[in-house]
Amino acid sequence: MVWIKSVVIDKKNSDKAKKRLVLGCGALVYDLLRLIKQNPTLSEKVNLQCLPASWHNSPQLIAPGVEEYLSENAHLYEDIYIAYADCGTGGALDRVIEKYDAKRIDGAHCYEFFAGSEVFEQLSEEELGTFYLTDYLVKNFHRIMIKGLGLDKHPELFEVYFEHYKKLVYLAQTENEQWQKDAKQYAKDFGFDYEYRLVGTGNLNSVFDEIDIQSL
Amino acid sequence: MSEEDDFDLNDLDDKELVEQIQDDLYDGLDAEVTEGTEILLGRGWDANDVLGEALVGGMKIVGVDFRDGILFVPEVLKCAGAMKGGMKILRPILAESAEDTSLGKFVIGTVKGDIHDIGKNLVAMMCEGAGFEVINLGINNPVENYLEAIDEHEPVIVGMSALLTTTMPYMGVVVEEMEKRGMRKDTHIMCGGAPLNQEFADSIGVPAYGRDAARSAEMAEEYVRGMDKKRGHR
Repeated sequence: MVWIKSVVIDKKNSDKAKKRLVLGCGALVYDLLRLIKQNPTLSEKVNLQCLPASWHNSPQLIAPGVEEYLSENAHLYEDIYIAYADCGTGGALDRVIEKYDAKRIDGAHCYEFFAGSEVFEQLSEEELGTFYLTDYLVKNFHRIMIKGLGLDKHPELFEVYFEHYKKLVYLAQTENEQWQKDAKQYAKDFGFDYEYRLVGTGNLNSVFDEIDIQSL
Repeated sequence: MSEEDDFDLNDLDDKELVEQIQDDLYDGLDAEVTEGTEILLGRGWDANDVLGEALVGGMKIVGVDFRDGILFVPEVLKCAGAMKGGMKILRPILAESAEDTSLGKFVIGTVKGDIHDIGKNLVAMMCEGAGFEVINLGINNPVENYLEAIDEHEPVIVGMSALLTTTMPYMGVVVEEMEKRGMRKDTHIMCGGAPLNQEFADSIGVPAYGRDAARSAEMAEEYVRGMDKKRGHR
């Protein structure tokens, strides 16, 4: 069975001489690339590889997918950072991470590490039935959410998926007027209240904070 | 649909019809499953047999293919919708049946802080299909809801569900409270949900972890049948 459809983000970055692997969720690719480009040292030393963003809807695929990639490639790197949170793997990802002596981003999911635990907790307390979007999810809303959940073919499933949701919160990484308009429209289409929060990349930056550039 | 595909379910013999209902259920064809169910009943089939062989049998195939990554959540939900069509016809017949074939009461709910209920509702449906009287507590249940339901319904099994890594530890709170009140000796506990695994289930003292809806219903049934056997040997 082939789990991996890994994306080589940047041919230059796939240079095997690089010692730091950042293996992340495809839904973080734009943010990770932006952070790498902001720091020339990182772009020289880090090899960024991403796994399918569609696994957002199938978290049971994440740990086996990461394991398969690492089993073939971990020996090429001195350090490995997994750009995922727990992401609904229930500790399965942590067991893979421990096996390869890697690290991951703290938190339960990207919403938490983007917004920060305190803000996320506050949002959940305000309305438990909150549906969160990020830049990536707004930009790829139809592919990941509508097609990914089968709503394009079976719109009648909407109630099954979203019966208990009342609000959509767009946790934005960047300021983009079009995406704000789109997110607001999705909330309206779904019949949800809407809130916009520009939270930036939050704790995603920790993927690089912990890299000891000097030792590379 | 081509003319070749447009056949009459009435033309099939019983065995073929059961297989066809299972196929239609797999394809999420609500109307066809309902029609097939009616035909079997019209041929004098017992409602329990229709439920067990055609509907639950079909959903077990769905469960296996979901586990193996052949089917995904949207397809499974369509299958569940088709099964509901058949259940709608069978439920009143089963309720009126003079023969008490109930396996007992099964209380099920999603734990506090969690509003996800797709998997939990699939388990509820499969358990109902297996012969349990299901009391579905819905979502976001604090421990008090489970305790009240146990007092009120005296279920043989309590099932807890969670989809979030952040909410699944709350299951331990419910287990602890049930232990404090001595409820565990009469009530079996099961747990399930996408982020759970056997290791977590063992850690909260609930070894009965249902990895999917079909397996959960099987485990529930096995537990009750096992209890009946034990009683029989006394």
